[in-house]
Amino acid sequence: MNPIHRAVLLFCAVSALSTAGAYAQQSQSTEQAIEKYREAVSEENPAELWEARGEALWKQPRGPKHVSLEQCDIGLGPGVVKGAYTVLPKYFSDTGKVQDLESRLVTCMGTLQGISPEEAKKNHFGNGPKKSVMEALVAYITSESRGMPMRVSLARPEEKEAYEIGKRMFFYRAGPHDFSCATCHSHDNLRIRLQDLPNLTNPKDAQRAYTTWPGYRVSQGEVRTMQHRLNDCYRQQRFPEPGYASDAITALTTYLAVNANGGTYNAPSVKR
Amino acid sequence: MKTRTLRIAGVVGAGVALAIAGCAAMNASQGGDKAESEAVALMKKDFKPHGQATLDRLDQDPLQKACTEAAESGKVLPASEATRLQQSQLATIRYPADGSYLGDWKAGEKIAQTGKGMQWNDDPKKAAGGNCYACHQLSKAELSYGTIGPSLYHFGRTRGFGTDSQKYVYGKVYNPEAFTACSSMPRFGAHGILTEQQIKDVVALLLDPNSPVNQ
Repeated sequence: MNPIHRAVLLFCAVSALSTAGAYAQQSQSTEQAIEKYREAVSEENPAELWEARGEALWKQPRGPKHVSLEQCDIGLGPGVVKGAYTVLPKYFSDTGKVQDLESRLVTCMGTLQGISPEEAKKNHFGNGPKKSVMEALVAYITSESRGMPMRVSLARPEEKEAYEIGKRMFFYRAGPHDFSCATCHSHDNLRIRLQDLPNLTNPKDAQRAYTTWPGYRVSQGEVRTMQHRLNDCYRQQRFPEPGYASDAITALTTYLAVNANGGTYNAPSVKR
Repeated sequence: MKTRTLRIAGVVGAGVALAIAGCAAMNASQGGDKAESEAVALMKKDFKPHGQATLDRLDQDPLQKACTEAAESGKVLPASEATRLQQSQLATIRYPADGSYLGDWKAGEKIAQTGKGMQWNDDPKKAAGGNCYACHQLSKAELSYGTIGPSLYHFGRTRGFGTDSQKYVYGKVYNPEAFTACSSMPRFGAHGILTEQQIKDVVALLLDPNSPVNQ
């Protein structure tokens, strides 16, 4: 059986279990099935399909200018992909602002390829046949930082400012449910249902959480990025929707990434 | 007895002094935190209304603001501030006009199981859930429970099934901030997440002797 067939079969088995209901024993066996699934795919992570597609998209001449992204500066200079994700978000002098990976890709698609920001952000979260260019590029670029330590800098005042704003966003409690990020993610050893909640103010947990995004989400059959994770957290927080690759999300990501500094980057991973 | 009273008076006095100092510190931080106002402005610029999740949800009430500042600074709310907030929240609780608190525990169990409601992808016309199991252990059968809140298993058996317990639980679900300022639990009644009948059903889940919570 090839890896894709195996992944699909296992995914179907897990889906069948997870739709079987919310009751205890079933939930437990769902967790066990996912654990088995994780073991089974650990050597053939379906995210590799996204990484391969992303690498092709990175090198392929695209857009009105018909050039590739290969000269894009994503943090370590034009054309350097290896290790670049470990320094993001960072300040870029050409745009005069702190950018995360997605924001930076939108910039490069504009300057190098002539693609509008709207077009660049189209289908930003893939859904079955509607594949996302961004998620594939992010899967490829992040995979090139695997095994390297996170080292996001706060040397520039703009970076420090982004971190401070991100920290305020993290603790910002609002909406009909009075939730903030901190409600679930500022205490050690808590669970929501059976899911462990990382304390993102604690370096050890922050490292473990941050360095494992993007992940191939078994429950969704998609590679999901940190950008998507934050979007989904805000949905569950009952907040309005944060703009994709926006300055606000970059600020929050800066806070989380700095808290994860020193952790060994290890994604795309496989997740629930 | 007299010395004890005096001692308590002393402790309360010191507490008040500390609380006043705490309030002064909080007022100073409210005016002085540039990053806080920048964060709010940035969210208002970059967040978009989606479905029922409109931008006014980013506006904080005084309680949310006070709790945000306390959490950010890693300090607990000064006692006097907590009491003042709790009292103002207590005034929001509307107890059932018919004086009965106990609904149907089976309906309560369904409310405890579902977390839908108020999200941008939820249908605002459909009833919301309480999602109690996300944070609390309730029945013995449901092993998929969270630990953000305390276990409520055997709640009625340990706390009593009487009207006082029922009224307390009704009020606690309606507005937890009236009892514990800066609680992580949503104000289900005060914010219109659950209806009066739904809250009664949740009360029954905790306090009906036949509910799985008390088995």
